[in-house]
Amino acid sequence: MSAVAQSNPVANVSPRSRLRLSLFYGFLLPIVLLSLLAAVAIGSTHISWSTILQVIEFKILPQAWTSSVHVTKAEEVIVWLIRVPRVIVAFFVGAGLAAAGVVLQALFRNPLAEPTLIGPGEGAVLGGVISFVTGWSATSVLSLPLMAMLGALLALLIVYAMATRGGVTPVATLLLAGVATSALLGALASLLLSVNIVNWQIAQEIVFWMMGGLDARTWTHVWLCAPFVVLGIAASLLQTRDLDLLQLGEETAASFGVDVESSKRLLTLTAAILTGAAVAVAGLIGFVGLLVPHAVRLILGPSNRTLLPASALTGGTFLVLCDLLARTIHPPTEIRLGIVTALCGGPLFIYLLLRQYRGVAN
Amino acid sequence: MTALIGPNGSGKSTLLRLLAGLWRPENGEMLIDGKAIHSFARKEMARRVAFVPQETQIDFAFTVGEILAMGRYAHRGRFSPQTQVDHAAINSAAAYCDITHLIGRAINTLSGGERQRVLIARSLVVEPEFILLDEPTANLDIHHALDVLQLCESLSRQGKTVIVATHDFNLVLRYVTRLILLQGGLLIAEGRQEEVLGRQTIQEVFHVEAEMIPMKTGQPVYVFYPVPVARTQNGSVAEPGNMD
Repeated sequence: MSAVAQSNPVANVSPRSRLRLSLFYGFLLPIVLLSLLAAVAIGSTHISWSTILQVIEFKILPQAWTSSVHVTKAEEVIVWLIRVPRVIVAFFVGAGLAAAGVVLQALFRNPLAEPTLIGPGEGAVLGGVISFVTGWSATSVLSLPLMAMLGALLALLIVYAMATRGGVTPVATLLLAGVATSALLGALASLLLSVNIVNWQIAQEIVFWMMGGLDARTWTHVWLCAPFVVLGIAASLLQTRDLDLLQLGEETAASFGVDVESSKRLLTLTAAILTGAAVAVAGLIGFVGLLVPHAVRLILGPSNRTLLPASALTGGTFLVLCDLLARTIHPPTEIRLGIVTALCGGPLFIYLLLRQYRGVAN
Repeated sequence: MTALIGPNGSGKSTLLRLLAGLWRPENGEMLIDGKAIHSFARKEMARRVAFVPQETQIDFAFTVGEILAMGRYAHRGRFSPQTQVDHAAINSAAAYCDITHLIGRAINTLSGGERQRVLIARSLVVEPEFILLDEPTANLDIHHALDVLQLCESLSRQGKTVIVATHDFNLVLRYVTRLILLQGGLLIAEGRQEEVLGRQTIQEVFHVEAEMIPMKTGQPVYVFYPVPVARTQNGSVAEPGNMD
């Protein structure tokens, strides 16, 4: 046993990990900016970069600052009313799903937990369908995201009650409980749709919404999604130390002073808000919450204080790029966004599952 | 340093969890300084009593530094950043347990002995009065087991109350000053080794014959033999323990 070494570097933040963090953001931030611009610039109608910048400048900056604008009305509509909101929605949906993934993975102590795979996604769909069927969505635009969050919360409570015993969640049980809950809630959503198919207008609305994707997303969708995603991320950022300790096990967390029950309640609510907000505007988009946290964890490590914001930012960018790919790879048709993310995330999911069963965890 | 001993299911782990305030007793009360344990706030309890669980499976690649920093949870507010006091506690615990060189390593890449030292260091980071360890030497080879026990003993000499639940009382005898023997959730005996671990008691509680061999160090070493078991014709085993 050596004596106390006062000259030690600060124990938990080594200079190396600080450098790694700066490098990560040094790479990521330009990519974020470029992806956002590229996603606005590239599309079926060719619009020059300078026009794009002019429109955005004109809309964002105070009128006095902008020089004379040489943009046609059509270009302005395409850029500002079609592409920009779509890209922003994609960004917040991706950020929300990735952050939800981080929270769920800590809550279930399992890197395979993902919002659309273990139940809350289908729960949000059911909530959304209920808000259409009851006509609430017509009376208040807020009812759709709120009902989606409520549905996600319900699904999480069911899955948690089924899969977790004494603070331990075995992978197999978690996935089975998730599949069962998803199937049940999905069936209920389809049942509601079938019963209401006679009301063609509502049925059409529901079908379009359930298909998911990001086409024809407007500024309304931005306002329905972004504030909740920001709220959810802020709430989870306040709980990163609880998340870290919960990730080591509920008993360990409790012995170090975490009020486990209230913390879990708050985190479940947070995950439901994030998932509900994303599903409400984009439907079920799988694997983002699995893929992104996993990749970021490989680079930055599992500490949630760094993992959470980095995953949210990466998730947003990832989905913007996936959406760009989905609508440009096979023109003039758009590939559904969920297909692109599943093609990226499916193989990783299988790989992680195999690895867990071989006893090597993340 | 106190050892909690007893056969499987005798309530060693349960007692540790009750002492750590992780579980609430169904009947009666656990007291610290005359005050019921469950009346302490969760964080206050965590600052006073550190609990080192048995065999912690950690699936995520936290670094040792991050693991140690988590020990300061109960000392920090939700919004307060890590202070010099926190750093000092982390650094001195790491130095004390001789794991300073492991600070940047991922916890799931360590050997069993290193890992146990890290978990003990994390309990020191808390700066508790009581340290409770559940089977700290399980899964360790003899060298690392002694190493860990030595560490525990030095902590108790520093004025911490150290309680170790263990199966291997031969191993801990040299280090502990007090033994508590449990069976079926009941206290059977309590005190020094010669008061607690008589041949008769060992046979009644553990259902084995024990022979005490005196050593130069003063402590005896126990050697165990199975109690002769009477097997019936169909192969089932007659209840041992009533042989005499």
